[in-house]
Amino acid sequence: MLANDWLQILVSLGLVLLLAPLVGRYLAWVYQSPSLGLERGITRLLGVDPDRELTWKEYGTVLLLSNAFFFAAGFLVLWGQALMPENPRHLPPLSPEVAFNTAASFVTNTNWQAYAGEAQLSNLSQMLAITFLMFAGANTGMAALVAIIRGFTRTGLSTLGNFWSDFIRFFLRAFLPACFLLALVHVWQGTPQTLRSTVSAKTLEGPSQTLVVGPVASLETVKNLGTNGGGFYNANGAHPYENPTPLTNTLEFLEMGLFTFSLPFFFGRMTGRPRQGLALFVVILVLYGTGLGVVEYSEKMPNPLLAPAALSQKATALQDGGNMEGKETRLGITQTSLFSNTSLAATTGAVDAAMDSMNPLAVLVYLVHMFLNEEPGGKGVGFAGLLKEALLAVFLAGLMVGRTPEFLGKKIESREIKLAALSLLVTPLLVLCLTALSLLLPSGKSSIDNPGPHGFMEVLYAFASGNANNGSAMAGLNVSTPYYAILIGLEMLLGRYLPLLPLLALAGSLARKKRLPETAGTFRTDTPIFVVLLLGFMGLVAALTFFPPLILGPLLEHLSLLHGISF
Amino acid sequence: MKGLKGSHFQQYLRATIFFMVVCGLLYPLSVTALSGILFPFQAGGSLVRDRAGQTVGSRIIAQGFETPRYFHPRPSAALTPDGSGPQPYDGAFSSPSNLGPSNPAFIKAVTEAARAYRKENRLPALAPVPVDAVTASGSGLDPDISLANALLQAPRVATARHLNPEMVRTLIEKTRVGPQFGLLGPPRVNVLELNLALDALTPGR
Repeated sequence: MLANDWLQILVSLGLVLLLAPLVGRYLAWVYQSPSLGLERGITRLLGVDPDRELTWKEYGTVLLLSNAFFFAAGFLVLWGQALMPENPRHLPPLSPEVAFNTAASFVTNTNWQAYAGEAQLSNLSQMLAITFLMFAGANTGMAALVAIIRGFTRTGLSTLGNFWSDFIRFFLRAFLPACFLLALVHVWQGTPQTLRSTVSAKTLEGPSQTLVVGPVASLETVKNLGTNGGGFYNANGAHPYENPTPLTNTLEFLEMGLFTFSLPFFFGRMTGRPRQGLALFVVILVLYGTGLGVVEYSEKMPNPLLAPAALSQKATALQDGGNMEGKETRLGITQTSLFSNTSLAATTGAVDAAMDSMNPLAVLVYLVHMFLNEEPGGKGVGFAGLLKEALLAVFLAGLMVGRTPEFLGKKIESREIKLAALSLLVTPLLVLCLTALSLLLPSGKSSIDNPGPHGFMEVLYAFASGNANNGSAMAGLNVSTPYYAILIGLEMLLGRYLPLLPLLALAGSLARKKRLPETAGTFRTDTPIFVVLLLGFMGLVAALTFFPPLILGPLLEHLSLLHGISF
Repeated sequence: MKGLKGSHFQQYLRATIFFMVVCGLLYPLSVTALSGILFPFQAGGSLVRDRAGQTVGSRIIAQGFETPRYFHPRPSAALTPDGSGPQPYDGAFSSPSNLGPSNPAFIKAVTEAARAYRKENRLPALAPVPVDAVTASGSGLDPDISLANALLQAPRVATARHLNPEMVRTLIEKTRVGPQFGLLGPPRVNVLELNLALDALTPGR
């Protein structure tokens, strides 16, 4: 590695470490200070009393119904594209199954794309369906997290807050202003922002070239800040319009981490236990950092199979080298690794390179990020997942020492453990069963693009991404077929709401409980021992569940590459 | 269920309309208006025009160059506008190759591209070829090439234009950019800018 690679990584991690506590503190203020007049006004405009507190069942119902409406509105715009104005290219509507898949994808914060943005969507669809659903999905996740955190902060109460008030606070005081200001920075660096849709150019050698432009920058910032990930263009962040310079690339992964990395600090302040927040932040940082190291190592590695082509694959002062297939020159290996690792860890799913052309060890990291899905995970729900793992780890520790487990002074009993375990089981159930099913059916296998273990990884990756609401893809797999469009569409909905509702129920049950005084016998959950325990627990569960597919896919391909075997 | 009755039901409809208008119209339109005032060149797509005012492309989007007198961009796996087949450097359908590292089709494509690159630039057999010159970019529209790639193409371009190779190398040195702020991203050359600079040096075809 060149010295500059280390420097880029250190500066980026330094910025994350600097920003996360500040933003966490700011978000705590957003939710703890009295609501602003404007916020109350908007809540009333919706016909909702901002002071009415909801039980977990009511909160969950409003969350589900609001999302159902958002979904339906998005679906209608995409499916009715041909009837809508501002469609100068006369683009046809998306097919019903792809419109379903896309609306489900964006309302669940997944941003899986079974369509190609610049070729299939009008500017109005990009704004009215895509940009709108990106805001709505991310805001919902944040509201859910706040409700779940109230389970830990409240005692003897049966309510978790007001959904719309939580939704609007974050939107007005953090999300929208950040998106707006940063969008201007992206435009400054070269991202288009216009209502025109195409430009025709006569190239220097003669042939004409059609360039697709549009309101890209405004979509770009909400894509990253909301950990959404769906691009304006098919190539997503690899497209020079979507990600024109190394600065926009750095901004993009910092945007993905801006809110997500701050959530442990937010949690620490909301619960009045900053040390607890810090401990959870360390867990996230260890997993994120390990992933980054492996991805960088993997993509710098020369491909042994290319030896006969006699390439120079080493990094020098004149070239970045490494695995450049599917990567962009202006970004090089290090910027790409920082971007991809953050995007997968924070469940954004944006890509600035072709995931399908990455070396197998990098794909291994991406798969593990999606299986865990909480380091730091997507907007809101990712961190809620980490809290669930913490409860289960505490339970495990309780079993070992023979004491009733507690977390933040709340007794963890059989109902809480059942709900947390229920939420934990959704991932292996969906990912493993759907992958196995698709490998058995002809309509599942016919979409595979690459041969051997790499093709298997394409399918595994697709279902891991759908379930984790990640949205990135090994895009060789053809997912616009009705089989994948419908199956992954359903999976995204199940992967979003199935684990979330038990966690709301869990919060509802915790909020009612009394807080136990801390004694000498209390198992502390803000110590290095707990950090190690939690990491060990997460590693154990992930390994027990996902080791076989990881061996069949990335590890097999890695060993084959080392021995010069292709498929 | 209470949430579904009468005025309770309306909250969802109102919220959908409200947020669709704010997020899907007001927000992007106000960003558009402001960017048009602050950064009109970038907001319009960084378009480059020739002296006659004709748009020749975007500064940051690759276009195809095949003749020896121009520097060539990286291979492109972009598709036709309907996505049905390959069409390199198509600005209306960005796409990577999506070939995996152990795919024989990938090994074959790279080996063939390396052979063609050596022939085109009159390099000896088995002379190392910069990896970026023979691998498809992530977008199919990568506007840049590495310095190593540009320097190997310089003698060919110089011969085709009857220029002193040293002059072409100076031009590469002049147009090279990065790392940004001395830190971010690798050093590189923008192919369109370099070719425009060449044309300015030796006008006419």
